[in-house]
Amino acid sequence: MASKFTRGLTPSQTVGPFFTTALTASGNNTFVSPVDNEVSGVGQKINLHGRVLDGNGDPISDALIEIWQADSQGNLTSSDFLGFARSDTSSNSESSYFFTTIKPGAVNKSDAPHISVIVTMRGLLTHVYTRLYFSDELEANQQDSVLNHVPENRRATLIARRAENKLVPSYHFDIHMQGENETVFFGGL
Amino acid sequence: MASIDSSQNPPFIFADYKSSLLRGPMQSPIDIVELYSRNSETKIGELLGSLSSRFAIGELDHDLTRNVCNEGEPLGERMIVSGRVLNQLGKPVPGVLIEVWQANASGRYVHKADQHEAPIDPNFIGVGRCISDRDGQYRFCTIKPGAYPWKNHPNAWRPQHIHFSLLGEAINSRLVTQMYFPGDPLLSLDPIFMAVPASARERLVSTFDLSISEAGFALGYHFDIVIAGGLSTPSEDDGGHG
Repeated sequence: MASKFTRGLTPSQTVGPFFTTALTASGNNTFVSPVDNEVSGVGQKINLHGRVLDGNGDPISDALIEIWQADSQGNLTSSDFLGFARSDTSSNSESSYFFTTIKPGAVNKSDAPHISVIVTMRGLLTHVYTRLYFSDELEANQQDSVLNHVPENRRATLIARRAENKLVPSYHFDIHMQGENETVFFGGL
Repeated sequence: MASIDSSQNPPFIFADYKSSLLRGPMQSPIDIVELYSRNSETKIGELLGSLSSRFAIGELDHDLTRNVCNEGEPLGERMIVSGRVLNQLGKPVPGVLIEVWQANASGRYVHKADQHEAPIDPNFIGVGRCISDRDGQYRFCTIKPGAYPWKNHPNAWRPQHIHFSLLGEAINSRLVTQMYFPGDPLLSLDPIFMAVPASARERLVSTFDLSISEAGFALGYHFDIVIAGGLSTPSEDDGGHG
C-alpha cells in the first residue's frame, strides 16, 4: 500500500498543556488566533457544548476540540462558508467546550447530518477523530452508513442530545476517552 | 488495515508518559475509509478547501521576535526555522495554516498553567503563525526555546522544542506535533519523543542549516513536515494538492 510513497509522515506529538495562547480565542488578548469557536452561515443556528472525561470519569480541563462540518445544504466546500472552529475546555469552571454554529445538511443523501470532531489534549500523543450526530434526526441516523458500521451498543456515544426549551437549539455532547461509555473514535483516514 | 499507522505514530497509551494512562482511548478506532471507498460517489465528509484566503494572517505573525514586542527585543538566541510542507509523495502542499507555540529562552511559557520558576520575557509570548506558500514553504523567525522541568517522573525535563499545528484542506491532513533540535541529550530521556517508533523519531528533529541562517543575526534550522492528505484512500492518493 505504501509503496508509492516516498516520504514518511511526520509523527504526531501531544498538543501539551499550553496550546491556548496559540490556538484558541481564550488564550490571550494580544495575539488572538484567527480561528474561533463560531461557524457562521445560512441555516438553523445551534449551540454545541459538552465535556471531555478521562478514565476516572473526571472532566479534563485542557482539551482542544475542533469541529469540521458541511453547510446547511450539505456542501463541504463553498467559497463563502468555512465549516471549521475551535474551542477548549479551559475557559470555565465546568470544563465545558462551547460552539455556536449552524446545523449541517447531510453530505451524502443517504446519510444523516453530522459534525466531525477532532479531539486532542495533554496526555494524548495522537489526536482522535469522532463524529457528532443529532438526537432529533432519529430516522436519518438509522440509515447512516457510518453509524450502522459502529457496533449497536456503542452508537449512543456519537449522538448529541438536544436540550428542551432553548431558544436556540442546544446540543450536549460529552466525549469519554475511556471507560464503559468510551466514545467511538474513527481511524484509517 | 490498521486504523492508526503504528509504524509512524506514537500509541495512545505509553506507560512512561503518565498522563496518557487515563486519557488515551482503550478501544481501537473504527476504520471508515473502506466504507467510503466502496462507492466513489460518496464522500468521506471532510474537506475545507484552500485555507490561504480564509484566515487573516498579519505581516509580522511569523516573526515571534517582533509580533508582540512591547519595549524592546526578546532575550535569547535568535533563530530561523524554515522548511516545506509535503505530502507522502514528496509534493509541496500550499495553503496550510501553520501555528507554532513555544517556551521563551528561559524555558517558560506565557500561560496561566505554567508555574515553572523562570522569568517571563515581556517582549515574547512565543506564538506565531503563517500559511505555506505555493512551493509549500514556510518560515518563522524566533528565539531558541529553553528546556524546562515537568512532573512526569523525578527530575524530568522536556527537551527544547517548538509546538507545530498544521491545518490543511482535508481532515486527515490535520497534524499536531513538536519539532526538536539536533544533538539534544534530553531527547532519549523524554517519553513524549520516545513514544514515537524508533524508525520515525528522526523526522521530528530539525537539522542545523547554515544556509537558512542570517549572517550576523540568527542561526538557522531546517524542518520539513510531511502530512497525509487527499480524500481518497492513501493508496489512491494522487497527490492532488497542486
